Amino acid sequence: MRVLMFGWEFPPHITGGLGTACFGLSRSLARLGIDLLFVVPRAYGDEDQSMINLVNASDITVDLEESEYHEFWKRIQYMSVASQIIPYVGTEEYSKINFEELKDEFQNNSIFTHKYTFSGKYGNNLLYEVSRYALIASGIAASNKFDVIHAHDWLTYPAGIAAKEVSGKPLVIHVHATEFDRSGENVNKDVFDIEKRGMEAADQVITVSNLTRNIVINKYGIDPSKVTTVYNGADAFQAQEIKSIDRPFPEKVVTFLGRITFQKGPDYFVEAARKVLEKDPNVRFVMAGSGDMLPRIVKMVAKYRMGDRFHFTGFLKGDDVDKMFAYSDVYVMPSVSEPFGISPLEAMRSNVPVVISHQSGVSEILVHALKIDFWDIDAMADSIYGLLHYDGISKMFKKYGREEVDQLKWDNAAANTIDVYNKVL
Amino acid sequence: MKSICFYFQVHQPYRLRNYRFFEIGRDHHYFDDYQNRYIMQRVADKCYLPMNNLLLDLIKEYGQRFKVSFSISGVALEQFRDYTPEVIDSFRRLAETGSVEFMAETYSHSLAALKSKDEFASQIEKQQSLLKELVGYESKVFRNTELIYSDEIGDMVYNLGYETMLTEGAKHILGWRSPNFMYCNAINPKMKLLLKNFRLSDDIAFRFSQQSWDGFPLTAEKYVDWLNSIASNEEVVNLFMDYETFGEHQWKETGIFDFMRALPGHVFSKSNFAFNTPSDLAAQLQPVSAIHVPHPISWADEERDLTAWLGNDLQDDAFDALYALEHMVKEINDPHLSHDWLRLQTSDHFYYMCTKWFSDGDVHKYFNPYGTPYDAYINFMNVLSDFKLRIERAQSGDQSFTKEITKPQVELKSEGNSEKQKSGISDSQEKKNAVKKSDSKNDENKRNPNVLVVRKVLTILSAEDIWVLYSGLNKAERQKIEKYIGKKKWKEMIVLKESGYKPDAEAKKAMKKKFKELMLEHA
Repeated sequence: MRVLMFGWEFPPHITGGLGTACFGLSRSLARLGIDLLFVVPRAYGDEDQSMINLVNASDITVDLEESEYHEFWKRIQYMSVASQIIPYVGTEEYSKINFEELKDEFQNNSIFTHKYTFSGKYGNNLLYEVSRYALIASGIAASNKFDVIHAHDWLTYPAGIAAKEVSGKPLVIHVHATEFDRSGENVNKDVFDIEKRGMEAADQVITVSNLTRNIVINKYGIDPSKVTTVYNGADAFQAQEIKSIDRPFPEKVVTFLGRITFQKGPDYFVEAARKVLEKDPNVRFVMAGSGDMLPRIVKMVAKYRMGDRFHFTGFLKGDDVDKMFAYSDVYVMPSVSEPFGISPLEAMRSNVPVVISHQSGVSEILVHALKIDFWDIDAMADSIYGLLHYDGISKMFKKYGREEVDQLKWDNAAANTIDVYNKVL
Repeated sequence: MKSICFYFQVHQPYRLRNYRFFEIGRDHHYFDDYQNRYIMQRVADKCYLPMNNLLLDLIKEYGQRFKVSFSISGVALEQFRDYTPEVIDSFRRLAETGSVEFMAETYSHSLAALKSKDEFASQIEKQQSLLKELVGYESKVFRNTELIYSDEIGDMVYNLGYETMLTEGAKHILGWRSPNFMYCNAINPKMKLLLKNFRLSDDIAFRFSQQSWDGFPLTAEKYVDWLNSIASNEEVVNLFMDYETFGEHQWKETGIFDFMRALPGHVFSKSNFAFNTPSDLAAQLQPVSAIHVPHPISWADEERDLTAWLGNDLQDDAFDALYALEHMVKEINDPHLSHDWLRLQTSDHFYYMCTKWFSDGDVHKYFNPYGTPYDAYINFMNVLSDFKLRIERAQSGDQSFTKEITKPQVELKSEGNSEKQKSGISDSQEKKNAVKKSDSKNDENKRNPNVLVVRKVLTILSAEDIWVLYSGLNKAERQKIEKYIGKKKWKEMIVLKESGYKPDAEAKKAMKKKFKELMLEHA
């Protein structure tokens, strides 16, 4: 079976959860014998390359030394399309990006190992870029052979639809997040329409959780019989051995790590912190990340006069994320709306007990986690306090949590995905 | 005969470096030595040295007829001593003329008067002892941080031994009355008060180069006309301003130095004004009435109140958290802790957390190392968290809190070696420190010694130099600069870039050459 996949990012350029998921899934699909033509947009595509570029697997530097992987790369063919669509930004943020400026900055770059550039000709209209990408996709579909089309998240749905129209092959779309998760009730109509059209045109819809499945069914009016939940795996990358860190202060640490935006519920975390600190001042709370709600959160913390117990790290990457987990005694994900939620899994893998909201997809599969409603700050404070003070439960979570996460395999997700493919063939 | 009383505030804070959460409990060095040194050198070159020389010339020319007064914060004196000792020499020469008065103020230009009488008194004592040591002067008149004053503060200052004090002639305090008289404290009538004439002061300090102002361009002649137009019974015009007005807030190119050079001559020939210091005026004038100031005033912003430093949640949380540590710091009485405690009290840290951006943003942006007040708060609180941990360790008898003290600044072998000699760091000490420092450098530096050299050279060059260099580079080279330059210096450079300053080709070439030489020198 050969799958034409419209995905996001490939190593070594993975910057977020969507890229990680695409990478984990495609690798496992290949392992299970699926051939893939994996198409990614490259906003920073090399200047001197043509519109569509076949990427040689040997160009992909990450993990290639491990012979184990060589086998899988043989089944995956990568194509990159020079396009300015980029994941993780909304239409409004997108319109603010000055591509001409970025182009200027990234050109002739001798310090970074890769050359970056922008086509720069297409203006700042994300929706225009999405349809342009779809146009190129139809070209790819016309000139390649495959059995199924698989498109990840709304920016690539039009590409999936176009490919289906050209080739007549069945389309599977994969919903990692919906506009309702990104924007709450202030839904962007254009994005919603693209999502809805994609779901309607699809022969099968994969959602990353039942939470998302319900949104797809209820808010987009999609027939439940064609919507299947396939949970993500947690083993896209080799788990780092966690080095223990000697924490330079005696207080226990409770951590929030994520974008500081409405969707992630940072304000509920502050409220819960306040309640815990009233009971026990010997705790430090840390908010790691950045986002448009940061000023408001900082003001809240100052207003509650807990600035010397509530710290901000700014955006963390790489080693610092591991370090942050190593510092932590409790990890909290109070998301208001989280289709899946990979970060608590990373915490559990680092032996940190987690408190997660019911409003997250990952709460559907985790057993060794305390679950609360995002708005229930009393329950959140209770859970944090309990994990900090009652060894029985935190020991148990540490003991079984890691094991539980290790069971979440992309191979299982891939097998379930192949089942979905078989439904449409 | 009426009087003109010039008073100049001299102050530079110890700005905090970018202090990250992960450093809490590990690294106890809080200050941005490079930035602080760079700013001190820059302001010394543009303002302190040329203006001191100008004043010296005027005193030479007019003798005791020309007089001015200063207050210099303790943290500024410390930085002069360590970074630009020639400024100390120059102030000392001014002190020797007898025409210049230096006033007492808090050591760290702090807001201690609002919080702790003990701390306030002890800071005045410290500032006086350093002023005496470095400039050879003992003050009789007091001037509080940013002219902050209230009835209570005035009374407190009197009880500390000062009978005259300066403050703002705020409209909401004076009402219909004129600032051009001597007033006295409402609780304690023995405390004499000199009030700033903000209109005539700000004509020089803020409006001098404002082309949209109807007084523009301001000449000494015109200014003397305005002085002559005040009511005949009025006694004194108090012209109080930041010393950085001369050459820094108002660039040399605006003609501010020429204005000041011409002013005394015009005053003597065209008016019946004399120049006097606050002490002269205290002896000559009697208070006309008491002024009531139940709530503290200052010379800042339109409001003339404390809202530049205190009042929003960020500022209040930081301020309260800081002063909650006071009695512990005093109890422990460790020199390193006490020293950092002083520097953390500097009012500028709270000024950076001010959220009144829109009306007074320009002034607040002056040498502000932070992009937003939120950054300022987060950074200060991270530092304070570490400081608090050290206090807790000290209380529990753990001696490690004093171990990692101020990092040495030896790796800055920049223009002029005079600082190094004066600060008394011996070569062997320097080597030892350099070794210690290189240990803590990150892995990237270990792998690539060249990176270290680039970084080092970039710390040596001023932001202005780097802009000259940068503007003459190709894109690839620029990228390198961008990668290795310090964040704050980069911001400074951007400010220069945006100011529209374009170096000429020759300067660019010369700077490239200098850069290469520095690279070789440090390789």
